[in-house]
Amino acid sequence: MAKRAAFDIPDGAYVNLGIGIPELVAKYVPEGREVVYHTENGLLGMGPSPADGEGDPELINAGKRQITAVPGASYFHHADSFVMIRGGHIDICVLGAMQVSETGDLANWSTGSPDAIPAVGGAMDLVAGANAIRVVTQHCTRDGQPKLVEACSYPLTGAGVVKRVYTDLAVVDISGDGFQLVELAPGIDFEHVRDLTAAELRPLPN
Amino acid sequence: MIDKELPTAAEAVADVFDGATVMIGGFGEAGSPIELIHALIDQGASGLTVVNNNAGSGEVGLAALLKSGRVSKLICSYPRTAGSRVFPDLYRSGRIELELVPQGTLSERIRAGGAGIPAFFTPTAVGTPLQDGKETRTFDGRDYVMEHGLTADFALVKCSRADRHGNLVYNKTARNFGPVMATAATTTIVQASEIVDIGVLDPEAVVTPGIFVSRVVGVAEPALESELVARGVSYP
Repeated sequence: MAKRAAFDIPDGAYVNLGIGIPELVAKYVPEGREVVYHTENGLLGMGPSPADGEGDPELINAGKRQITAVPGASYFHHADSFVMIRGGHIDICVLGAMQVSETGDLANWSTGSPDAIPAVGGAMDLVAGANAIRVVTQHCTRDGQPKLVEACSYPLTGAGVVKRVYTDLAVVDISGDGFQLVELAPGIDFEHVRDLTAAELRPLPN
Repeated sequence: MIDKELPTAAEAVADVFDGATVMIGGFGEAGSPIELIHALIDQGASGLTVVNNNAGSGEVGLAALLKSGRVSKLICSYPRTAGSRVFPDLYRSGRIELELVPQGTLSERIRAGGAGIPAFFTPTAVGTPLQDGKETRTFDGRDYVMEHGLTADFALVKCSRADRHGNLVYNKTARNFGPVMATAATTTIVQASEIVDIGVLDPEAVVTPGIFVSRVVGVAEPALESELVARGVSYP
């Protein structure tokens, strides 16, 4: 999934990667492309984790893990960081999801459970401001529930924001009229993906 | 002569009053002014409203301030932290109020507060539960929610180097909320790992100009939250 998402990131892009599987995208960007990674706590030019013992507890990513800064990097304060996000300067944001609806609604911050500690971070800013929102996620939850649905049952992070989803089974676009299959994962057939999608999935055009 | 340097963290926070709104810099432990927070716990002010991106970890720094029972409200984007029970326990037992704010809206509210802007419109949170009860308007066909600027009585900020005018530079991603919070508080209190002579900081590289800073305290070797938590320290 991460590798397939990385393939779609063009040379020169400014990219924000969400916590978890989206972080892996950076490992797979094809050779020869220069991509600048933004982390919303205040760094453009995020590099990989430091070698053991060489990290700085004050050089971290949005997931609060230690990282490095690549040559050409820059630090900035939070308001500037979110000017980059909210002002439409980030080209691509890759996020995880709990649910994506056929109209591009994204739910990825809360199950709405009354017992949960509500926490949203920068997800709502990213989906409202970044130019292209792409989701990387398993096609179904651990207990087999489809994550691609007609309408999200969880509280929304943003409405009508997702344009493309990369799952373990397929690449799916959200167009004006629902889910459109773009590509099947190797060895997966259309009927299988359709059965695990809780909304209409249009097949590849002939 | 302008000299904003004070000898101790205790003196720097001495006038924080009951019911004050206190912005505290830091994103997780990066930039957390832990010595100033501990001085505030010792000082004893209560009924505080605290503004921070998170809710601390372990039982030191911000988590210790929450645990002390002196904070009645937290304005925050992400109060869920692995390894801390303090905030969840307070929240679930109804002993602290939470105002949950998207991270960019939080930093922009602080920026606006510091810039004298009472409110602004943003598309962030439109169509989500966090727009409930807020005024919305449509500009050029897109919906926006109104958010209010945020100011504070005090800001507690950590930086790497300062001079007696309060000019500041920071360390890497520890900069985070410091520069904006410094603009939005009536009294901005800074702990600096090093205080240098006037003229040492390159004017081209100063991040927070001294006009935004009220007090500076040197804390030569600031504690690291993660190290204290790893050692099982509980403050006080």
